[in-house]
Parts: sequence; C-alpha cells; structure tokens
Amino acid sequence: MALTKEEVRELTKKAWEIRKAIIETTYTCGGSHIGGSLSQTDVLVALYYKYLNVDPARPKWEDRDRFILSKGHGGIGWASVLGDKGYFDKNLLKDFNKTGSPFGMHLDSLKVKGCDASTGSLGHGLAIAVGLALGARLKKKGFRTYCMMGDGELCEGSVWEAAILAGHHKLDNLTAFVDRNGLMIDGPTEKITTLEPIDEKFRAFGWETLTIDGHDFPAIGGAIEKAKVLKGKPFVIICKTVKGKCVDIMENQAPWHYGGLNSDLRDQALACVDNYYAKLLG
Amino acid sequence: MAEGLTWSVTDGDKLTQAEVYGEVLSQLGEKYPDIVALTADLASSTKIGRYGKKYPDRFINVGIAENSMFGIAAGLALAGLKPVVSTFAAFTSLRSAEQVRTDICYQNLDVKIIATHAGISFGQAGSTHHCTEDIAVMRSFANMTVIVPADGLETGNAVAAAMEWPGPVYIRIGRGFEPPVNKTKDYGYTIGKSITMRDGRDVTIIACGVGVLQAVRAAEVLDRQGLSTRVINMHTIKPIDRDVIIQAVKDTRRIITVEDHNIVGGLGSAVAEVIVESGMACAFRKLGVPDCYSIVGYPEDLYHHYKFDADGIVDTVGTLMRLEIEEDEDWEDEV
Repeated sequence: MALTKEEVRELTKKAWEIRKAIIETTYTCGGSHIGGSLSQTDVLVALYYKYLNVDPARPKWEDRDRFILSKGHGGIGWASVLGDKGYFDKNLLKDFNKTGSPFGMHLDSLKVKGCDASTGSLGHGLAIAVGLALGARLKKKGFRTYCMMGDGELCEGSVWEAAILAGHHKLDNLTAFVDRNGLMIDGPTEKITTLEPIDEKFRAFGWETLTIDGHDFPAIGGAIEKAKVLKGKPFVIICKTVKGKCVDIMENQAPWHYGGLNSDLRDQALACVDNYYAKLLG
Repeated sequence: MAEGLTWSVTDGDKLTQAEVYGEVLSQLGEKYPDIVALTADLASSTKIGRYGKKYPDRFINVGIAENSMFGIAAGLALAGLKPVVSTFAAFTSLRSAEQVRTDICYQNLDVKIIATHAGISFGQAGSTHHCTEDIAVMRSFANMTVIVPADGLETGNAVAAAMEWPGPVYIRIGRGFEPPVNKTKDYGYTIGKSITMRDGRDVTIIACGVGVLQAVRAAEVLDRQGLSTRVINMHTIKPIDRDVIIQAVKDTRRIITVEDHNIVGGLGSAVAEVIVESGMACAFRKLGVPDCYSIVGYPEDLYHHYKFDADGIVDTVGTLMRLEIEEDEDWEDEV
C-alpha cells in the first residue's frame, strides 16, 4: 500500500530531524562521514519509521527484520536514527568518536544496540546479509533482511560474489539498496572506475532492480513494497542520491565524504537544512 | 560432556584427519540441528561434503568465492545458526583473513572453521597451496581459538569439542594422508589442555599437528640413546597451556618445538612467548619451515628436508644437549 500524504509528511519531518542530528554530532565529534550520511538518510528513515519490523525495546528479538549498513562509514547517520528510535539514550551521541565511547565512525554490533552487524570494511555487508537471508530460510523465519551499500563499494569483488549467490538461491527475503550518490573519496565513480550500468549488472546476476530518486519518500516506499511482494528473486533498489544532501556547500562535493564542522559551518549547515525543509513542507 | 559420547568412528586410527572430521561432523549434525556446513567448491577435497550428503538442506556450496563465504557464515551465525566452514588453510587465513577477522572474530560469532591442506602437507602443489602462515595469522585475531590436531582421532575430538566451545574456532589439519599417533579417541581431549605423550627429564619436545608423530618417533630413538625425552602434544595453540610449558622449562631446561608452519609466528613463537614472560631461561630451538617458501615435494620428504621429521629432531636434540646451560634451580635471580 502506497504511503499516505500524511505518512510522507511525517517521514519528511523525521528526515529533517535526523539530518540536523547528523550535523550536530559531526560538530561535537570533530569530524564524520557526513556526505554519505546525508545521502542515505531518507532510505534509513523510510525503513526505520515505516517498514522495518523491529522493536527497540528488544534489540535481539529473533524475528526482527535485519538491517546491514554495508557502507559502514555511514555509522553516524545510522546511529542518529537508532538513538532517535530509542535503542539507546541519544544523548550518548555527544560522546561519538570520544575515547572509550561505544560509538566510533563504524558501528560495533557488540556495543551499539540495534546495530545488527559490525561493518566498515567495504564489500562485506552484502555477504553478511545473504547469510542472514539464508539463515532465515533455514530457521523457517519470516524476517526480511535489508542491506544498504555505497555505490563506490560496488568495486569490491566480494559484493559480486555475494550477489551471484543471492541470485542462485533466489533470496526473495533480501532487499539491497545502493546509495548511488556518484562519488567516492577520490572523485566521481565513473571517472575512477565505471560502475554503470549497475542495474544491468545486478539483473545479469538474477536480481530484480528498480532505480529511484533516493530522496523521494513515495518512490522509496513504493520500491520497498514491490520488493516485499516479489517472489523468487532478490531485489536491489538503486537510489539516486546527492552526497551531502540539503547542505549546499556539501552537495555533490567529494571532499565532504569526511569532514568536520566548526560552529560557523554547523550554523550554516543547519540553516541550509531548515530552509530546505521549510520550503518542502510549506 | 565427554566427547566420547558424541561420535564414534570405526577404524578411526586408520582414517585420515579429513575423513574422520567429515564423518564426525555428519554425526554431530543430529545433536546440533543448527549446524550449517559451508565450502567453496572443495566439498570432496575437504570431506565436508559428507555432511552435505547427509544434510543437503543444511549445506551450502558457495562456489569458488571464499571471501563472501566467510561473510555469509557470519550472517548465518547472526541468524542463530552454527556455521562450520571448510576450505584450504591458505584461502582461509590469507585470502579471507579480513572476513574471518572483521566479520567473525570482531563480532565473536559462533563460527567453526576447519582449514585443510595446511602447512606443506600438499607439498606437490607449490607455495600457492601451501600454508605456513595460518597459525601466526589466526592466533593474532582476538576471540579466536586455534587448534592443530595431531591426527584423525584428535581432529574428531577437536571438532566435537569445538561445538561446545564459545566463539570462533580455527581447526587446522593437513591434506589427510598423515599417519595417526593415537590408537583411541578416549584420552581425555580438552581444548586448551595439552597432552603429555611421554614423560622425560632431559629434554622436552613440544609439537602440534604432524609434528607430534615425528616427536614421538624421535623420542623413541633418543630414549635408546639414554636421553629421557618428554613429548607434549600442544594441540591448542590459543589459549596455550602455559603451566605445562613452564613446568617443562623447570624440569628439563631444554625445549624444542616442532610444527608444519613457518618458524615465525606459530607454535614455536607461542611457546617462546610463554618462556620469555616466565623469566626462566632455557635452551630453545624452533623446528618447522625456516622462513622460506617450501620446495615442491612429497610431505614426508619435505619434513625431512626442513629437518622437522624424527631424524631432524634427534639431530637438534643432540645440538641442545651439547650446549652448556646453567643447571641450578635457583630461579629467583633470573625472574
């Protein structure tokens, strides 16, 4: 069932909050992978506030849906969502990156409630997600597994090893996302190593694909709902996104893969986000 | 639980390590319904395929894709299953070292790894398929337990014991043609507790894997020469049996380690760490592959070539016995 206008409005407001939280935490922690955290935000918000069957009070509930952030450097964005969902006191994020904190740039599943797998080394997450999806089948469990990859990590061969196996086993309980913001650390993906056509590559490996605007909640919701009902194939949703989304000095700027904010930049970034959403929400 | 209750293999003392573990794992499948076996196109070479024949629904052959296989094993463990992964040691500890460390050990997951064709046991294959680095690599991963069984029966014991041992376990075996050293499986195998194969007062040989049989053979020769030789089967490299090593230093003051592995980073290094930390001096030698890429050949020829067969051990013991070392028992001034 498609998202209602009211649901889209609520998700939009939540994405506004999360983006502001990412900026605030980036300011307090000294530096973060802010560009990719801002590009992935809308998909994470759609999942955690609408689609994932999870219960923050029972983070290890065995029937919960699983989410694997294969682009583990988006940890600050993921932690902002998990904190807001109530997996932990979000005030703890003030210690993000600090010595002894449970929160580092790449989340640790043994320390952060709601983090289903430790990730950070690129190209690992899809295989873990395939294992979870196979595990659900073996355990006769109905949970679904979602995995978000960065686009740059599609260079890693292990992604395609896992993709072959997911297609072979027709893992229709697995949905992957590609955060297609077009940039890796050293520049545009297509200048460094051609990834396109990403959709044709996945289709050749036995996947169903859909390419959407990764900042458009009705499109995100529609794609997730299609994936949920598809039988006999894993599904990948290629989300066209903007690195640094909503902060004009960061948008589509590769150097903002990782960066810190002083108080002036933080205020400027927050003002950008507020302006963006004030216009969007009317 | 006594491991003797969980499996039994007829003629286990005549079967290879891989044959025994394939059979034992198949038997354990009944007791542990959550075991899922994985391999990467080596179902028959590693013998994990025997489990697959018995439990085809709990067996995944990922094709030739070791890196994703270890990630998939992590995912299966996160889903509450008990993955047992088997491929060659070289691909486990070198190609997929990062997945084993980051996906499995970092998350302290219940994944058991049985790595075959370790050391130079696949001697004819050349260094691409030798693996004389895996003990060093695997014991450096926090949370990992590292076991090097001496023969088929001990491999069966180790596999059974690993099922009840928390966290990731790396069991390292050879190609599977190594002669047995044990006649029965019922000798009280426990992870982390070494086995004294024979007692002695003059010198101690600490061995693992195929080195145990060579050490026992050497000890028989040495005994005939009038040297009382202690042989310790140090099947668990991590956590290592510190007390037994320190006792051997105190009792014999001469220690030799024997392993089918580079002398850098393996059993010898692990034993040396314990000795050095104890503050007690002793005459010490490490036998194994001397920090080189092995020549091609049949394993028994290579063990002889690199002097860690019985003949080589006897020679090295002779060298140690000729060393002049302080024999007093006043350790206080040396700690």
